[in-house]
Amino acid sequence: MAINPKRNPMPTQPPEVRAHNFEEVATGYTEEIALAEAQRCLNCKNPPCVSGCPVNINIPGFIGKIKESDFAGAVQIILQSSALPAVCGRVCPQETQCEAKCTMGVKFEPVAIGRLERFAADWYLAQPARTVATAAPNGHKVAIVGSGPAGLTCAGDLARRGYDVTVYEALHRAGGVLVYGIPEFRLPKHIVAQGIESLRHSGVKFETNVIIGKTLTIDDLFDMGFEAVFIGAGAGLPMFLNIPGESLKGVYSANEFLTRANLMQAYKEHPVTPIMKGGKVAVVGGGNVAMDAARTALRLGANKVDIVYRRSMEELPARREEVEHVKEEGISFNLLTAPVEILGYQDEQNPRNPKNGFVSGMRCLKMQLGEPDANGRRRPVPIAGSEFTLEADTVIIAIGTTPNPLIKNTTEGLEVNRRGGIVVNEEGLTSRTGVYAGGDAVTGTATVITAMGAGKAAAKAIDRQLMKQ
Amino acid sequence: MYRILTKKCLNPTVTQMEIEAPLVARKAKPGQFIILRVDADGERIPLTIAGTDPARGAVKIIFQIVGATTEKLNRKEAGEAIEDFAGPLGVATETEGIRKVCIVGGGVGCAIAMPIAEEFRRLGAEVTSIIGFRNKDLVILEEEFKACSDRLIVMTDDGSYARHGNVTVPLGELLEAGEEFDRIITIGPLIMMKFVTLTAKPFGTPVTVSMNPIMIDGTGMCGGCRLTLNRDGQKVTKFACVDGPDFDGYEVDFDEAMSRSRIYADFERAAHSETCNLFAAEKEG
Repeated sequence: MAINPKRNPMPTQPPEVRAHNFEEVATGYTEEIALAEAQRCLNCKNPPCVSGCPVNINIPGFIGKIKESDFAGAVQIILQSSALPAVCGRVCPQETQCEAKCTMGVKFEPVAIGRLERFAADWYLAQPARTVATAAPNGHKVAIVGSGPAGLTCAGDLARRGYDVTVYEALHRAGGVLVYGIPEFRLPKHIVAQGIESLRHSGVKFETNVIIGKTLTIDDLFDMGFEAVFIGAGAGLPMFLNIPGESLKGVYSANEFLTRANLMQAYKEHPVTPIMKGGKVAVVGGGNVAMDAARTALRLGANKVDIVYRRSMEELPARREEVEHVKEEGISFNLLTAPVEILGYQDEQNPRNPKNGFVSGMRCLKMQLGEPDANGRRRPVPIAGSEFTLEADTVIIAIGTTPNPLIKNTTEGLEVNRRGGIVVNEEGLTSRTGVYAGGDAVTGTATVITAMGAGKAAAKAIDRQLMKQ
Repeated sequence: MYRILTKKCLNPTVTQMEIEAPLVARKAKPGQFIILRVDADGERIPLTIAGTDPARGAVKIIFQIVGATTEKLNRKEAGEAIEDFAGPLGVATETEGIRKVCIVGGGVGCAIAMPIAEEFRRLGAEVTSIIGFRNKDLVILEEEFKACSDRLIVMTDDGSYARHGNVTVPLGELLEAGEEFDRIITIGPLIMMKFVTLTAKPFGTPVTVSMNPIMIDGTGMCGGCRLTLNRDGQKVTKFACVDGPDFDGYEVDFDEAMSRSRIYADFERAAHSETCNLFAAEKEG
């Protein structure tokens, strides 16, 4: 049988339709497409794709089951390594991980591993009765701080080994960045909810509204009988540009904009949490969060959305697939452009003009790429005399976050690095005995799957430590 | 869910509740705040803690009915429950080394000022309290302040009760007369805190202000509560939720904070009138 050199495309909502709704952009493979795509897997003896997966899913194994139309079997294989396949199938940057290593990719397009993972996971979620394996309790208690991807993975792995696991979440709903950050059209909230529900069925307890570092400290958790703690508290304080005008009304951090839209559901028709809608929106930054913010703004009714990024498309860190979606939806990229000041309305005649203090535009400079910096990325250098004003009513700053100080400030002996990230060894162990950490709380802003990998590694290490005792 | 243990109307627009939240009650210190949601679709609002009773697991909140959410909260009765209640958030009010303090509260801000005055009394400091209200009907917590203050001055803007005028008038007189406070702590409307700071400035008395900006998570994630401090000629951005809510009054950019507090003024007016109409319809029905 001839090999199809091309991967099967992902069915999506047409751009002109999806730009006006919050439903999922990619609608997922049908059974027919999934079977055809699975046929493209060569089932390598030493599968390179597995080494590209931060949680080492047996990729040829589950694709083999799809080939046989044994979808339940496929899911069981994935679940051995990942507690949240429907999430990973949607938001993992497979193109730089498993798919980047796919043998097919040497001569042709790599197998669409992520899409197949999503297919299997969605098939599973659609089944009426799902059996969740519960392990016999081993009598050991572990606390997890944060219910984002790192925490959920760590919790799932430990529960599967029989641990009594409690997850503490600061917000009112579990899911972390999966519910407050990643928008509905990329990751529907019901997918996250189902993932959490199955963890609950496997015995994991969730305590919302508990801010570790405030409501309870890490030391309190040990006093309460927990034998180990995993900190997956995520990233914290949003970074700003430190240019004039950032406190004007209409300037948001991406965290605030997305939290209002997602967690607080400001996208619904009669929201109780307000958000600025419509008008012209400028998003500063080039990562996945910037793309999410831009597309959310568009769906909220913006007339024009501009992404402003100081380097070129080559350096832009967002996933290619997302960048393509962004372009299709009519959002413009202002590359090699750096904001220098956000401008505001000020009616000198009428100090009570309600528009006073709101954003009216953003002054920017064009850049060119100079010599590479310490990280090997070419530094953007301003072009003299290139200043121009971009029209904008709303500016969203999506340039990253710095670690949250709450846990560090209340945990004696917890070592952090210069930037405030928690210092861990390769197993995720911090400077405190029994305290592990992973995800953005350690690395700063990264990806869902990296956080999941860290949660997994920590679960393994916690298991080893507690079984030794 | 978090049970409402007690409810008391302090005046027609200000209500006091005790909420059952044992973990918060155990940790809370004066000056800290909580975030609550009334129901499953509700917005998150910050409220400063007005006292605790750890033995009963009770956290006291005092709120003014200013918008749709506080309206909804005010409709709940003792025995009912609210959806979410998280805290304590923010940094507690600094008390160390302060032997003589002047507490200046305005309106519902007095609810937050009161436990701070009590704390200073407990620590053995000399407490002067100046509390101001728009009119007689809005006066709250007068007895409580009397009990924990060495000297209490009550003011009303319209002169309908006690002394006529703003809180800055007696503060200025005291400072003018040579009173030396280690610290002035002021809590109330932004405009009042701005003028308390300006009144104290010629005398160089340190002023602490308690900021209450718009925020969502309250844990340092959204950045919506940011404010600008002018520190040694530099502009510094701080987050009220994790760095505050208390700040050095001389550093705070009040005009910016006042402008930011009105971001959603239109939205809030609409939401408020919607809720009010609902009430009206219910009453008619």
